[in-house]
Amino acid sequence: MRAAALSPGLSDPATDAQGCFRALLDAMSRPGLVRRVPVAELRPPAPLSPAAAAVLLTLADAATPVWTDAGADAAAWLAFHTGCPPAASPGDAAFVLACGTPPPLDALMQGTDEEPHRSATVVAQVAALEAGRGGWRLSGPGIDAAHRLRVSGLPEGFAARWAANRAVFPRGVDLILCAGRDVAALPRTTAIVEEG
Amino acid sequence: MSAAPEVASGGTLAGYNFAYLDEDTKRMIRRALLKAVAVPGHQVPFGSREMPLPYGWGTGGIQVTASVIGPDDTLKVIDQGADDTTNAVSIRRFFARVAGVATTERTADATVIQTRHRIPETPLREGQILVYQVPMPEPLFRLEPRVAETRRLHALGDYGLMHVKLYEDIARRGEVEISYNYPVMVNGRYLMSPSPIPAFDNPKMDRMPALQLFGAGREKRIYAVPPYTSVRSLDFEDHPFRPGRADASCALCGSRETYLDEVVTDDRGGRRFLCSDTDYCAERRADR
Repeated sequence: MRAAALSPGLSDPATDAQGCFRALLDAMSRPGLVRRVPVAELRPPAPLSPAAAAVLLTLADAATPVWTDAGADAAAWLAFHTGCPPAASPGDAAFVLACGTPPPLDALMQGTDEEPHRSATVVAQVAALEAGRGGWRLSGPGIDAAHRLRVSGLPEGFAARWAANRAVFPRGVDLILCAGRDVAALPRTTAIVEEG
Repeated sequence: MSAAPEVASGGTLAGYNFAYLDEDTKRMIRRALLKAVAVPGHQVPFGSREMPLPYGWGTGGIQVTASVIGPDDTLKVIDQGADDTTNAVSIRRFFARVAGVATTERTADATVIQTRHRIPETPLREGQILVYQVPMPEPLFRLEPRVAETRRLHALGDYGLMHVKLYEDIARRGEVEISYNYPVMVNGRYLMSPSPIPAFDNPKMDRMPALQLFGAGREKRIYAVPPYTSVRSLDFEDHPFRPGRADASCALCGSRETYLDEVVTDDRGGRRFLCSDTDYCAERRADR
């Protein structure tokens, strides 16, 4: 690993992380709405998108093991900027950063009935996010009537796996979808109905 | 050592990180906040820090606000509905100094509202964040003192203890004897303390368009209610929840709908009732 290969992280850690967190908090409390992370100049190593990189820079640190399929360059970049330890397997990770097909959701940390907050957060990089039309019809806390979200790039059958994740509430993982600089989130309470 | 604290450019206090807390602490609180939103009404433990004011003065709310607030926010702080009491003024001034944020007393102009024991009368809207200061996050603590046991009851969703308490109130007095901190069910799953807001304010929590965050500094717990989430005050079919208010009108603005504070005016039994929400009352008077 050559040190010169590392691109910078957040240029102003306090305000950039705050801006990213507010986008995430808004996304998580209004499931299915697409929000943009305010990191115009972030250039993470391939295959990381600026949004996925910003989520990890905002939330990960030495207390949160991270598992990723993004390759050695991305893992080294994240380790340098956040200090996050690598997780041996997806099941040990607080954050699962998936650029390809995400690991099975039921193999990740689910939390317990008494401590459901001790569950993994999946940061899934997808091809595109489009709110408002077609795709999924979402309902649950944070949603007034229904939110619509079209996600390009998740594997077939994801909605069924999500239904199984929702069925173990209050246990279960939470999902942050990233594409380019866009984020959308599905907390474990959100129900998906597929509508072409 | 009485020199004035050094002031950096932009009017904020030098020598502190933005919004006082260090970035590691904010990150830990932010992770807790996201999990709290994902499991509405569940209490998430967090590493509460020592703050420059004592427990009981809003340390939990301040830590949540510090982790959420940004340079573009406008902050309002209320204490029992009032913008001009010591606690509200000092917390507002604290964030003006350590974060350089704009502050306001107008509910409609605020993006982040930190509150002690009230929900503003002006309906909140999407995009606003209401941060409650919470002294005791555990709704069952007077009925079950063992923390390990209350955790298990929450895991099982077993809230029979609280139903029995309400039933015994009704059997003895004919009504539920809880006028503030009236327990609520969030999203039909978790029993939650709404913090010591008057029961009058409970209906405002139900499907509120704003995000509600709760911070308990001494008890080291954070919990949340996302927008448009069901919040139901516990009751029985034959004894429905009835929020109370003093049967009077505000001596200043004449409102008969708002929550009123009783003010004793002399030692011969004289009293007046005033709106507890000072901003709402002032706006009503200005409109007349």
